[in-house]
Amino acid sequence: MSSSVLFDTPGPRGRKITTIFNIAAIVVLLAVLAYVAVVMNRQGQLEAEKWTALFSGYAWAYYFLPGILSTLKAAIIAVITSVIFGMIFGYMRLSTNAVVRGIATVVVEFFRAVPVLIMMIFFWLFLGQFSVFSPSQLPFIAVVIGLTLYNGSVIAELLRSGVKQLPRGQGEAGLAIGLTPSKVLRSILMPQAMMTMLPSLVSQFVVILKDTALGYIISYPELLASARRFGSGEGNVLQTLLLAAVLFIIINFALTSLATWLSTFLHSRSSSGVKKADGIPGEVDNANPATIAMFKIPKA
Amino acid sequence: MSFGEQLSTLFSTYNVFEAFWANVQLTFWAAIGSFVIGAILALMRISPVPSLQFIGAAYVNLIRNTPLTILMTMAILGVWTQFQLQLVSDFEANFFIYAAIVLSIYHASFVCEAIRSGVNTVPVGQAEAARAIGLGFFPAARHIIFPQALRGSITPLGNTLIALAKNTTVATVASVAEASGMMKSMIEFNSDLIFLIFAVFAMGFVIIVVPIGILTTWASRKLAVKR
Repeated sequence: MSSSVLFDTPGPRGRKITTIFNIAAIVVLLAVLAYVAVVMNRQGQLEAEKWTALFSGYAWAYYFLPGILSTLKAAIIAVITSVIFGMIFGYMRLSTNAVVRGIATVVVEFFRAVPVLIMMIFFWLFLGQFSVFSPSQLPFIAVVIGLTLYNGSVIAELLRSGVKQLPRGQGEAGLAIGLTPSKVLRSILMPQAMMTMLPSLVSQFVVILKDTALGYIISYPELLASARRFGSGEGNVLQTLLLAAVLFIIINFALTSLATWLSTFLHSRSSSGVKKADGIPGEVDNANPATIAMFKIPKA
Repeated sequence: MSFGEQLSTLFSTYNVFEAFWANVQLTFWAAIGSFVIGAILALMRISPVPSLQFIGAAYVNLIRNTPLTILMTMAILGVWTQFQLQLVSDFEANFFIYAAIVLSIYHASFVCEAIRSGVNTVPVGQAEAARAIGLGFFPAARHIIFPQALRGSITPLGNTLIALAKNTTVATVASVAEASGMMKSMIEFNSDLIFLIFAVFAMGFVIIVVPIGILTTWASRKLAVKR
């Protein structure tokens, strides 16, 4: 980590200052927590039954588990469809045909600019005009379509910038041995770009999982919605929403750790090195290899 | 009805601009709020004090992995309903401020990480030179590291701003009268014009988001530190 660059190994005076700051920070943190506890206690939010209700078999069997299941269902299907969408449009954006490239650029840029919620509401109300899908399936389908269009476009951009980051020699070597440009893209560039971008791809899955919670607004019965229903019934909305947040954090943490592990594990699998996942939503940075090299700070 | 008539009927019946104006205002205030919180968090995370590093890292990792929709719901149903915490007497302004605060808290974690990735672009020699001429942590951070780090973090900060502008639609959970809620009610009353309505709102966001992208790309090139 570069943070060590900013300061020397502290001497006796530095250590004293660090200790003072340490104690001050802990005191402030404890004071804030204590204040929150006092306020919550005054409002009766710390009563035992408001918290124990969260761990009853009834709450899990009828609210939390079905909620988690529908959240995961939407997330997993959206992950699959977004990857397919992203691969198709990633190829199109790298096509040698200017028309194909132009269409893909407009589509990808459009869906990256429109908020996911706007797309979800549109498809929810639009598909509701036909009697093709049963009304109970509508929110689910709208959630998946909204997530696919946005995250698929981001994945298309990820793949494109992954290909652009590869050393030029890779594509040139492919052409030199007589492969066609599309064959070069398919068998040499794309496989390496996917390896390079796998950690960022997994961080994008975190975005997909988090955005399934938008389904709450269009009445998809996912984790947030079921937590809210349970909380309104039992009069402990704050506690159930906290639990829902904790569940999301646990799943996302697992995914983020996977992304970090992947970036170290796959480091040698691509000629441009595997990029560290950063988890900024929808971030695609078009950095060239020189900029990436700049990010790597030599260990002193 | 011709296309132009349909469009003018929609715009005269519904105040689309006012709805978008709410999104723009939310973006503006939350951008300021999240930048201030995010810069403090970034400072904590790069400081030599372990407890501050821990608090900063914990904040970022917890908030970043929580869906914005849950935070928004928690603020309204949890904090506002349960604690009766009325920020200002005006009912609508109260919800607006709640939404702006939640958006600031959420995006602060991304701003913090953007600034940190900017700090990573500053070569070691810069910090070493700062120390060599006798600057301590704060002077070195203020005069040497942060000015360069901010230039290096323009691209990720721009991406965060774009995400923020789009995420202001989630404020509909806090019953703020903004674009996504307006679109929903417009489609419900004019279901035959659904494509036109969607196009209007989608283009509205394209108009907000695309210039931010162009501007940050331009700024990051223009302000890049030559190395």
